[in-house]
Amino acid sequence: MRAAAAFLLTLAAAAPARAESLVASLSTSRVQITSNYTGAAIVVFGAIEKDGQTVARTGPYDVVVTVRGPRASLVVREKEPMGPIWLNRDRQPFADVPLYIAVLSSRKVEEVTTDALRNRLKVGLEAIVNGPDFTYSRGGADRPFRAALLRLQKQERLYLENARGVTFLTTSLFRAPVPIPAIAPPGNYEVDVILFSDNVMLARNQTNFELVKTGFEQDVAAIAREWSLLYGLAVAAMAVLFGWIASVIFRRD
Amino acid sequence: MQLYLPIAEIPVNVLLILAMGAAVGFISGLFGIGGGFLMTPLLIFLGIPPAIAVGTQQAQIAASSMTSALAAWRRDAIDLKLSAFLLGGGFVGTMLGVWFFSVMRRAGQLELVIVVSYVTLFGVIGGLMLKESVREFVRQRRGIARPMRRAGDHPAYLGLPLRTRFPKSRLYTSVIPIIALSLFVGFAGAVLGIGGGFIVVPALLYLFRVPPTVVVGTSQFQILWTTLAATVLHTVVNDAVDVVLALMLILGGVFGAQFGARAGRNLRAELFRFLLAILVLAVGLRFAIELVLRPAEPFSVQVLEIKP
Repeated sequence: MRAAAAFLLTLAAAAPARAESLVASLSTSRVQITSNYTGAAIVVFGAIEKDGQTVARTGPYDVVVTVRGPRASLVVREKEPMGPIWLNRDRQPFADVPLYIAVLSSRKVEEVTTDALRNRLKVGLEAIVNGPDFTYSRGGADRPFRAALLRLQKQERLYLENARGVTFLTTSLFRAPVPIPAIAPPGNYEVDVILFSDNVMLARNQTNFELVKTGFEQDVAAIAREWSLLYGLAVAAMAVLFGWIASVIFRRD
Repeated sequence: MQLYLPIAEIPVNVLLILAMGAAVGFISGLFGIGGGFLMTPLLIFLGIPPAIAVGTQQAQIAASSMTSALAAWRRDAIDLKLSAFLLGGGFVGTMLGVWFFSVMRRAGQLELVIVVSYVTLFGVIGGLMLKESVREFVRQRRGIARPMRRAGDHPAYLGLPLRTRFPKSRLYTSVIPIIALSLFVGFAGAVLGIGGGFIVVPALLYLFRVPPTVVVGTSQFQILWTTLAATVLHTVVNDAVDVVLALMLILGGVFGAQFGARAGRNLRAELFRFLLAILVLAVGLRFAIELVLRPAEPFSVQVLEIKP
């Protein structure tokens, strides 16, 4: 890790002289899914670089790391009573939202910056889920659906917010472990790191990592997709074969 | 022991899946039904996407019905002629069902149709079977012998035109009610997503008075062909079959089905019908409860499509 930090510092030094600049790197840029995969933990490392012209800050630095997973279209439905029975009545589509969002910060996101800036920069789960681009608004009718999606995804640990997720190692070096649950979908994960101080955004850096199937898992998925008829026939043949084997094993008469 | 499923894209506990396969296989082998109505909710509960749960367990049902059908074949308990009628009518019924499915989906009332049909169908079938079983028990307790069936003593619908002999089922009936039954089974299967063993078995037992051993064998034979076709169809149309999950379910299921079939042979016919009635009624009740109880979480999330 020390080596990684040193590498980051040299990178940061190469940036043009401004106020603070921010460098971020990941413990790996490619998480491989093997047959014994049960989730992963990615660590985001970051360094804050200052030069001679940087003004002295009165407050401490705050860092918010936001990780967004593969995007999907979803629909959230609500059951309502109709006579004596409960039925899915109202629905709210979410056309293009991340299936995984992690917001890690060095302090509560509410304390990091103002409401207006949080909403504009999409800092924190509340700001992301309640943003106008998350789903279309229906004059307030969309509110309970946004809240329900947030609640249900949090239960699955697919959406999470951790106000202690970013740890400062020194005043200018930090790390943030990102827990990826096993059910998080494979695909591209975008990492957005923002540096704040005294409610103001000082610097921003984006990177990404990939969650990919490898080996057997990848081959099976590819065959199922590209040779689906053959794959289907193979599964059917497997079913027949095992059914037959079992009847031979158990044959007593 | 966790294993990652390549198509479902989540890890599962191998032993848990094997045990589930064995338990559902046992029930399937015992009663000659597919067991999908039990397995699908279990898989969804584990976090497997619904489409993959439905698609994959078709392969498991195919394997356990292969075993059961082979066993029935050796005991000479499959009525091939009856199966042919059931399969032919079932095919047409399935197409009608798929058409009805899409019409109702466009009307936005699919869920209501499904749940209400489940409750009525299973409630009515289960209730009738239970009544019959209880009456039989009472008769036995009182020591009254069931009146013997005399030649020519049969319901009127068996006497419609086009009468055909099904020697193995000891049945001489018009093919019209048989074809009506198979049409209905295919239709209900496509709309409700059930294999149809649930309807075929009670109908053959009660409406046509086919001997229980032949009912189970014939039903398993029909289920085998239906589920094999469904497995291939699900992979081609939906990419919805996970081979690793299927293998685990099959391994558990085929053994469970063996023990189930064995247990079924030792069951008295009345007890067999009684247990089947309870099972059918329980499923109907489960849906009824789901329908009237205030849900703990009224909201649900469905992932429609993951963007590439």
